[in-house]
Amino acid sequence: MIRSDVLRELAPTLADHLVICNIGLPSQELHLIDDRATNFYMLGTMGLASSIGLGLALAQDKKVISIDGDGSVLTNFGTLPTIANNVADNFILLIIDNGSYGSTGDQPTYAGKKTSLAAVASACGCETVVECSAEDTVQAVKDAIASDKMTIIVSKCESGNIKVPVITMDPVSIRDRFMGAVKA
Amino acid sequence: MDINAKIVSDMVANDISFVTTVPCKQLAGVIDAVEASPDIYHIPANKEDEGMGLCAGAFMGGKRPAIIMQNTAIGVTINTLVTLTQFYRMPLPMLISYRGELGEPVACQVEMAVHTKALLAQLNIPTYHFHREEDVEELDKILKYTFMCNKPVAILTDATFWKGY
Repeated sequence: MIRSDVLRELAPTLADHLVICNIGLPSQELHLIDDRATNFYMLGTMGLASSIGLGLALAQDKKVISIDGDGSVLTNFGTLPTIANNVADNFILLIIDNGSYGSTGDQPTYAGKKTSLAAVASACGCETVVECSAEDTVQAVKDAIASDKMTIIVSKCESGNIKVPVITMDPVSIRDRFMGAVKA
Repeated sequence: MDINAKIVSDMVANDISFVTTVPCKQLAGVIDAVEASPDIYHIPANKEDEGMGLCAGAFMGGKRPAIIMQNTAIGVTINTLVTLTQFYRMPLPMLISYRGELGEPVACQVEMAVHTKALLAQLNIPTYHFHREEDVEELDKILKYTFMCNKPVAILTDATFWKGY
């Protein structure tokens, strides 16, 4: 399974929750599969999906799922200690770890080599860290939602992309629509 | 009221309840005051762009955020300021220690000081410079202005303002 397969299987589970989606193909794929007001698409700023999601979770009570990638977490490694030390039990960080920088041509990341993001998250102090296969991701997310515990999920999937159009929505429209869904 | 208490009091009066910080020696007192405030959730960040991401999330969750950081962080955060804070039109007061100005003992700090205002001007970020202690009287209006226009706004605070290092 590649990332777009995981997102397609996951979409019905995400539907009732606030989602912060990583820059590039992940946002484009989610936008194509199931565009919703509860989705915040990052059009720029690689690495900050987890930070935006944590800030959002700390500021209000609804469940927040940040969909991140291994390359983006490596870009913003400082996020994991911040998450560990500012526990928000309405926050789930789903790292779709395909061992590559998918949006830029599938260059390999260190997460696909020696570096274990699950081990790093645990070492940073994150208390609930789950590593699962792509096939088990939907169940892992459902379990995390049901647990009411801040959870880091590392979903190990295959590298690869589908052809998707870029998102042409205006960023202020994305943000305004999303904030309406947060308040609803 | 001492200057750190005044700054935090103005933040709280403007409903700022989520503050991220990356420390600077000059900012130690105000960071302590933020940490001590029962009205503010203080979340230290490891890097300033991470802090701006936290602030963007908090803003979308209904809280008014602010960031406290050193001017060297302008170099770290240009992409985030442009593609997140400005592109999505979000407000962000940035209380910035203006290292490398008169009284600075560390030569390297001057290297970033000479670029600080030019970079902020290039980014079209409204910029205020607190030099005398009484300049802090403008903070309340600057915070109101920031949340009126939904922009990042810089408040540079130099060594003369902080009465040295």
